[in-house]
Amino acid sequence: MASKKINFEPPFHLTKRTDIPSWKAWLIRGVAIVVAFLFSGIVSTILTKGEFGGFFENVFLGAFGTERRALNLFQAWAMLLLIGIALVPAFKMKFWNIGAEGQTLVGALASVFMIKELGGKIPDGGLIVMMLLASIIVGAIWGVLPAIFKAIWNTNETLFTLMMNYIAIQLVLFAINIWAPNGSGAIGVLKNGSFTGAFGVNYVINIVLVTIVTVILFVYIRYSKHGYELTVVGESVNTAKYIGVNVRKVIIRTMILSGALCGLAGWFLVGGSPTPTINSNLVAGRGFTAILVAWLGQLNPFIMMGTAFLVVFFQAGSAQVATTYQIGDSSAFSGLIIGIFFIIVIAAEFLVNYNIVFKTRRKKAEAVKKTTPEKAEEKIITEEQFEEELESIGTRYFERTIAKSENFEANDTFTPQKEETSSEYALEETNTEEKEDK
Amino acid sequence: MFLTFIHSAIRFSTTFLFGSTGETITERAGHLNLGIPGIMCLGAVGGCIGESLYLKGITDYAQINGFAAVIIGILFAMIFAGAGGLIYAFLTITLRSNQNVSGLAMTTFGVGLTNFLIPQVNKTGFYYISVCFTNYAPGADKAGWFSELFLTYGCLVYVAIVLAILVAGLIKRSKTGLSLRAVGENPAAADAAGINVIRYKYVACVLGAAIAGLGGLFFIFDYLGGNWEYTIESLGWLSIALVIFSVWRPNIGIAGSIFFGALFILPAYVTVGFAYNELIKMIPYLVTIIVLIATSLLNKKETQPPASLGIPYFREER
Repeated sequence: MASKKINFEPPFHLTKRTDIPSWKAWLIRGVAIVVAFLFSGIVSTILTKGEFGGFFENVFLGAFGTERRALNLFQAWAMLLLIGIALVPAFKMKFWNIGAEGQTLVGALASVFMIKELGGKIPDGGLIVMMLLASIIVGAIWGVLPAIFKAIWNTNETLFTLMMNYIAIQLVLFAINIWAPNGSGAIGVLKNGSFTGAFGVNYVINIVLVTIVTVILFVYIRYSKHGYELTVVGESVNTAKYIGVNVRKVIIRTMILSGALCGLAGWFLVGGSPTPTINSNLVAGRGFTAILVAWLGQLNPFIMMGTAFLVVFFQAGSAQVATTYQIGDSSAFSGLIIGIFFIIVIAAEFLVNYNIVFKTRRKKAEAVKKTTPEKAEEKIITEEQFEEELESIGTRYFERTIAKSENFEANDTFTPQKEETSSEYALEETNTEEKEDK
Repeated sequence: MFLTFIHSAIRFSTTFLFGSTGETITERAGHLNLGIPGIMCLGAVGGCIGESLYLKGITDYAQINGFAAVIIGILFAMIFAGAGGLIYAFLTITLRSNQNVSGLAMTTFGVGLTNFLIPQVNKTGFYYISVCFTNYAPGADKAGWFSELFLTYGCLVYVAIVLAILVAGLIKRSKTGLSLRAVGENPAAADAAGINVIRYKYVACVLGAAIAGLGGLFFIFDYLGGNWEYTIESLGWLSIALVIFSVWRPNIGIAGSIFFGALFILPAYVTVGFAYNELIKMIPYLVTIIVLIATSLLNKKETQPPASLGIPYFREER
């Protein structure tokens, strides 16, 4: 290692802060969201070569422009939120479930399977219940498999759940090929199984049910014994063991819940759509986006309502911008904007967790501390006088040090004191002090 | 037939190998970069942009200088992917963000940016560029099975294999590799030993990303012959799986990537019926899970992920 590099000191240093008031934290996050919004606007303005305001106008138009768009927006919100809150118990437990995509997809597959097998044979109400059960059970199985291995052998869950996504995708592709042997890769719209128009208007039932599930989950996490146990496991496995929590049981139970909620989302994606069908891209990356939603929402279901809304708002809005200005594929553009949004908001989280202390401030403080009252008054002196003074300061300093050292108190700050000590030794040392000063 | 199968498996494996070698370097420094799929896309689009700029300056396709074309592709891919890696590195090292979240955001961003940019790249003439990538020594194909198996690949295949061996050797035997491993296992101890942890982490993240980006470049210009396909993302996820499969050793990754490549192209060579092809494509993922379980069952120190993988390092935290 080059020694000169080690001597390099950055102009600031970081301290971790744990006591940031929540209003301040939310102010930082709010500013980050605004910055992300403005930055997206700038990017879009450059790309469209258009006017700056056009971006914002189109974002709002894309999100709320028509009644249908607004409904689509809230449907997208409900789906993203549901998958997001499915992740909350797992993440609270520090179980990195990045397999929500697959868990949701197999849930949807189970629903479609039920429609294929039972559609038309039993009344629609019974079919929908069967779909619900199938989705929840299959989703839970998909979620619990990695959990079992994690609980017993401590298998890395991040990569396990990630792989399960692709197995789910292949399973869906396989099922589609079985159902559509002509090789079209699409099974078309299914006749039965849709319940989305239950309240007269499409999607309303989804939005209502998801909101209810969100509230229930909040209560579960915050006030139930289960919720407490999984939080303790997340904070410290050893503590959990110490207070008598069966860690394995908690991991498995929590992942059953997480997978089941993802399966529920799959049920909504099939039955909650006016055109029930399935393809390998049905979940459309929501399983991954939901991770970011959950994390940005501090794993609090109510805050996540807001973060999920921001994300779908940006998605719908930026897709509209791309369509209006014809700058490439709308989903690609919205992916780009969402990516920028996430990066900026993630970066801002740093300011919530760490405090930047600039060196200049500290140096000034130190300088003030070191200055003696005498020196503080500026005097114009000649060089000789200065040397004399230095010598006397050195002597006095050393004398004082000797005096203090008897009490083991060598203090750095210098306060002029007149103490009577005389010895040759002191004089000798004074010279070295002086050299150092030079 | 069998020879052709092995040949294409090795060829296809290069994408995985670049991706997993890059990711291994990153993970050895304690950073699980889930942004690799996005970064590989960035590498591919970077290569495309570089080549289209190169073609702009050329009036006749006969003028294409093979060496220059390949170098430009590599440079642009590495710069684009490296820039993606730098964003990830800044987020996770300097800002100490959660690595999973930052990586996923990087994938969203990379894939979004790539899908946005790629329709705007002028891809005419890419076939001629791809020829430069797939070219091999003249006469090699006429010399029997040996040369078909070992000599008839484009240059990037060899680059990937040499790079994997080199990186594996560096990690295992050199002082730099030892320091890198120390940073990944216990950054506080490495810091105390005088290793510049931050610098190691930055270099590992950016270099790893740049190498992974070559995977995207290879896939477009060698394997697909200059055509574009939106499948790089899923190959990126498989590359991450391959890192586990290879238990964080790029030299094992060579065999692993060939295995993955073979499984990936298998449906084209066996007749199991059209629907069951999708089940065969499931095998790489299943095998990865089995390896994952097996390594956790064995619980040997050599086969475990770097101890501080996923944990941000903050010097003042005790």
